[in-house]
Amino acid sequence: MTVSPGPARSRLDPEPLPRRDFLGLASLGAALSALLFATLGMLRLPKAAVLSSPSKKFRVSLPDTLGEGVAYVPPGRSVALFRDGKGVHAVSTICTHLGCIVKPTAEGFECPCHGSRFAPDGSVVKGPAPRALAWVKVGGSGGNYVVDEDVRVPSGTKVTT
Amino acid sequence: MSPTPLDSALHRFLRNLREIPEHFRASAVRGGLPSTDRTRSTFVFGNVFLHLHAVRAHRWSLRWSTTWGLGVTAIAAFLITLVTGVLLMLYYKPYPDVAYLSIKDIHFVVPTGRFIRNIHRWAANVMVVAVLLHMARTFYTAAYRAPREFNWLIGMALLVTTLGLSFTGYLLPWDQLAYWAITIGANIAAAPREVTDALGMTEFFDPGGLQKLLLLGSDQVGEEALIRFYLLHVMVLPLVLAGLAAVHFWRIRKDGGLVRPADADRRLGPPPPDTYPVFTEAPAKTYHLAAIVRGRTPAVGDGPEQTVPSMPHLFYAEAGVFMLTTLVCLALALVADAPLKELANSAVPENPAKAPWYFLGLQELVSYSAFMGGIGIPTIVMLSLGLIPYLDREEKGTGEWFGGPGGWPLTLQAIVVGFGAALLVEAVVIRFGWLREWFPAIPQLVITAVNPGTLLTAIYGGYSIWLVRRYDSTRAGALGLFTCFLCGFILLTVIGTYFRGPNWTFYWSPADWPVH
Repeated sequence: MTVSPGPARSRLDPEPLPRRDFLGLASLGAALSALLFATLGMLRLPKAAVLSSPSKKFRVSLPDTLGEGVAYVPPGRSVALFRDGKGVHAVSTICTHLGCIVKPTAEGFECPCHGSRFAPDGSVVKGPAPRALAWVKVGGSGGNYVVDEDVRVPSGTKVTT
Repeated sequence: MSPTPLDSALHRFLRNLREIPEHFRASAVRGGLPSTDRTRSTFVFGNVFLHLHAVRAHRWSLRWSTTWGLGVTAIAAFLITLVTGVLLMLYYKPYPDVAYLSIKDIHFVVPTGRFIRNIHRWAANVMVVAVLLHMARTFYTAAYRAPREFNWLIGMALLVTTLGLSFTGYLLPWDQLAYWAITIGANIAAAPREVTDALGMTEFFDPGGLQKLLLLGSDQVGEEALIRFYLLHVMVLPLVLAGLAAVHFWRIRKDGGLVRPADADRRLGPPPPDTYPVFTEAPAKTYHLAAIVRGRTPAVGDGPEQTVPSMPHLFYAEAGVFMLTTLVCLALALVADAPLKELANSAVPENPAKAPWYFLGLQELVSYSAFMGGIGIPTIVMLSLGLIPYLDREEKGTGEWFGGPGGWPLTLQAIVVGFGAALLVEAVVIRFGWLREWFPAIPQLVITAVNPGTLLTAIYGGYSIWLVRRYDSTRAGALGLFTCFLCGFILLTVIGTYFRGPNWTFYWSPADWPVH
């Protein structure tokens, strides 16, 4: 199907779209959308479904000498355990700003990376941290406890001894 | 008829054998050896790599002060990292702990391993510096203007890719420095949570978490993260960079060579007397491809007498810059070792945990707000820079250093404003603290929106708009904005590098750091 070009159009100009073969455009569109969906499908691969990090659930026994308001950090864990008259609780030591490990001090916690400070209950006192430190789940009783760093609990949740 | 002895197949075979060297040379170099201007031209446009150059270069392009060779420095440094990087890959093993040991092997056991690693490290640094300076050169000579707007964007993509290469390479040694810098970097990717958390919508809309998951392949920096960073560093990003660089160079040629002032020919004066004229007759032909492409024709009216053959003039200049870059990298590698700290320990952060120097300005900003400092402000800066060539469509000052309304005096003023504002804001924060210390119950969203970083950006933006009105010129505003960004970047980087100690506290000198 050819139509002679109008006088206003130079032979340099592209042919106007309506003259294009409809089937050609449709198949091109089909191919492109297939490519798009294939790409989206492939993008699922890099999004890991199973995380390779080690289990965050562990058993711990608190030292008998642990005083009130003093943090006990189990070796290799990013959680601080406290024991007081009302029971035992655990505060995550992962800074809510950019994931550094905060250090328990007498006044609460301080982050080495950007200077955030937290009160003993985890709330932000100073610095760029946007949220309070998370309280995580503690179970068990007596001297033995099971801590799960992945399960957050509301601040103030304590397990009675 | 039997063949005469001299024309027998055996004789032909022997003759062909004898002629192999000459025949081989002729087959490899089509236009003959590049020994005259004409054959050199054939050589340049017949070679896939050389033909990224035009056959002739304008005399203005060959002046040192036109470019200071910064683009060539950047690509030279890239080639050096490419060669040294491939050598390092022979021994490097991308697996936690093993990676650290393999770097130790490279440092202490592998023949020349330490030297090669040092060169790699230094060339990467030289590349970052060269890319930044090259960008500044392009900006200050207004070389981003039409028809080079798109190449400015390609250049910005190259800057991001260069920084990405440096960042991904930073993790590979798997030492304390690397581990914590990447932990911070990955959490910056997750920083949109600062906003989504405050709005209480993270549970069903979490772009930050998705970015972090895609980057690390896990919820913390571990083996998955290391293999991803390795893949990006040795494969994906170098390929992206090579592709972008090819487009970048090709477009320089297609956009008419390096930028030069409209009156460059007059300023250069007449060509040297021994110049052989390009056209010995009046040009009867132009070179446009009639009826196939549109556009201006290269030769109109007179021959390009202010140009010299790219081979050898331009190639000598490029080779000179390349050799100088190599010399600098080698010298630095002999003087200073690439750092390697203790093995990564996920329980004890490095204190202070510092990113590579070119990210310390950003780290200074994220120490006010992770989202604005790590994502918001960089996005604003990149958008502003990307829009400059599309907003500044003036013509005055193209190709001249600090060209355009305002010129150098304006730039000087902008340097004062840029450093002054950054110093003032930093001084206030360091001395008096910020909103959280003054109003402990303040909502996080207010701090995200109003913090030293956003305040500084707003000051720079306001100053730039004032300049646009004061000089009645977009270029004046762009000059002010770019200069301010540059000064802010330099000042924040210096503070982050030299004046921040443990807990990111301000110290005048590392000698004042507490013992810990």
